[in-house]
Amino acid sequence: MTDKPWPVPNADTAPFWDGCAAGELRLQRCTACGAAQFPPRALCAQCHGAAPGWEKSSARGRIVSHTRVHRPPSPTFKADLPYVVALVALEEGPRIMVNLRDSVAEAPRIGDAVRIGFDPPAGPHGIALPHAVAADAP
Amino acid sequence: MTRRAIITGAADTAVGEVPGSSCMGLHAEAASAALIDAGLKPSDIDGVLCAYSFTEPHLMLASVFCEYFGIQPAYSAAIQAGGATGCIMAMQAAALVEAGICRHALVVAGDNRLSGLSRDKAVATLADVGHPQFERPFGVTIPALYGLVAQAYMHEYGATPEHMAAMAVNSRTHAARNPKAQMRKPITVADVLASRFIAEPLRLLDCCLISDGGAALVVSAADAARDTAKRGIAMLGTGQKNTHEHLIAAPSLTAFGCRDSAAQAFGRAGVRPSDIDVAEIYDSFTITLLVELESIGFFDKGEAGPAALAGALDLGGRLPCNTHGGLMSYAHSGAAGGLFHVVEAVRQLRGEATGRQVGDAELAFVHGDGGILSAHCSLVLGRQ
Repeated sequence: MTDKPWPVPNADTAPFWDGCAAGELRLQRCTACGAAQFPPRALCAQCHGAAPGWEKSSARGRIVSHTRVHRPPSPTFKADLPYVVALVALEEGPRIMVNLRDSVAEAPRIGDAVRIGFDPPAGPHGIALPHAVAADAP
Repeated sequence: MTRRAIITGAADTAVGEVPGSSCMGLHAEAASAALIDAGLKPSDIDGVLCAYSFTEPHLMLASVFCEYFGIQPAYSAAIQAGGATGCIMAMQAAALVEAGICRHALVVAGDNRLSGLSRDKAVATLADVGHPQFERPFGVTIPALYGLVAQAYMHEYGATPEHMAAMAVNSRTHAARNPKAQMRKPITVADVLASRFIAEPLRLLDCCLISDGGAALVVSAADAARDTAKRGIAMLGTGQKNTHEHLIAAPSLTAFGCRDSAAQAFGRAGVRPSDIDVAEIYDSFTITLLVELESIGFFDKGEAGPAALAGALDLGGRLPCNTHGGLMSYAHSGAAGGLFHVVEAVRQLRGEATGRQVGDAELAFVHGDGGILSAHCSLVLGRQ
């Protein structure tokens, strides 16, 4: 069985994955125009200013869409079926993709408030994938 | 004013499961058929546009094809834009002949995705479209990404599973009239809603097929089109718009580049959506077609589903759409999938769509969408 498609951090994304491993969701913010940005890039995609800075996100947001997956991309995801993939709009603005966990995964609704948590570090690069749980989960 | 490019040849191979086919073999068969259709010889071709392949991938597919086919055109290039590729190749070919760089440009694509690749491998390869660090690790597939669009679109505009199912039923109704189509057994809305979930809210019958097949066009300069065999079809207007690649970075989950792409094509052609007699619109999933019909301006928001349920997309309806059966019932073999829509539009405008002809079709609209409604290309074609 092939392994999961683990992220391979690069120069743009390493600060994000380092943050996840430390239990912290990090976003870029442009030092010129102030736009928050995800996914990470070497420049600001709004004003094209160079070298956006990094900041800690509130790790809170709302579900903007969700799908329960019944047919996986590869056999390595079969054990997880069915699982919920969601798009979450963070309070800072950017949208991220995560799997939903716990109660919010049972009957997700667009608009549900969620909080980002992290899986234990795994894979060849020690990646702690972000996930989302209900905002009021313990 | 520039004289419009003319489609002088259009053809496709057998589709579905084509035993004994190869990727390049399908390319060559489609190219030969399009040349015969145009009444041209291989040596008349001075430009070649190819796409991409899953079964015989190569960094330089246009060179691979030209070597295989035995031609040495003055211009060749390969284009990769997922489902938008077919329309983009046609748009690029038009630009080449209108600029005087080529006289007869061949557009060709094909892949034996069904027989040359396991279904699991095809699904896995397609899922590579997701962002490698910020989408794929969460187990997304192409149906899951479109499922996310469907869920958001249903929430915002009130589309229902029945409305989406109507798109699949329409495709099958058309395919039943087309002896070449891969799936011809009639289906109902209830059949779609009873098929198993792939990625909610999308079910198996909300999804396109995986097929073998190839397709080709010859696009000629207006003066060169006089040398060809059949009535030419004018490329009256073309347009493109790309807003994102990955869904996490899409400006919106419910408004996409198809609107601007189509507006460009209509504007250049000097026509409006209501002037179109027949539409061939990329339908990788039911939600794809529904979003495009409402974004392009053929229907108001929330209207396409109810209209389709009432037969608006069938022959005799307000907008006969995907008259060959589309990607959900005719065939989908990679970049050739989007070219099937162009080939069908040419057949409709020539009056060659036996058994499924739209009466007196003079203006056709074709649309291709690549990625997750990421890349769009629109064509307005007309009888000369």
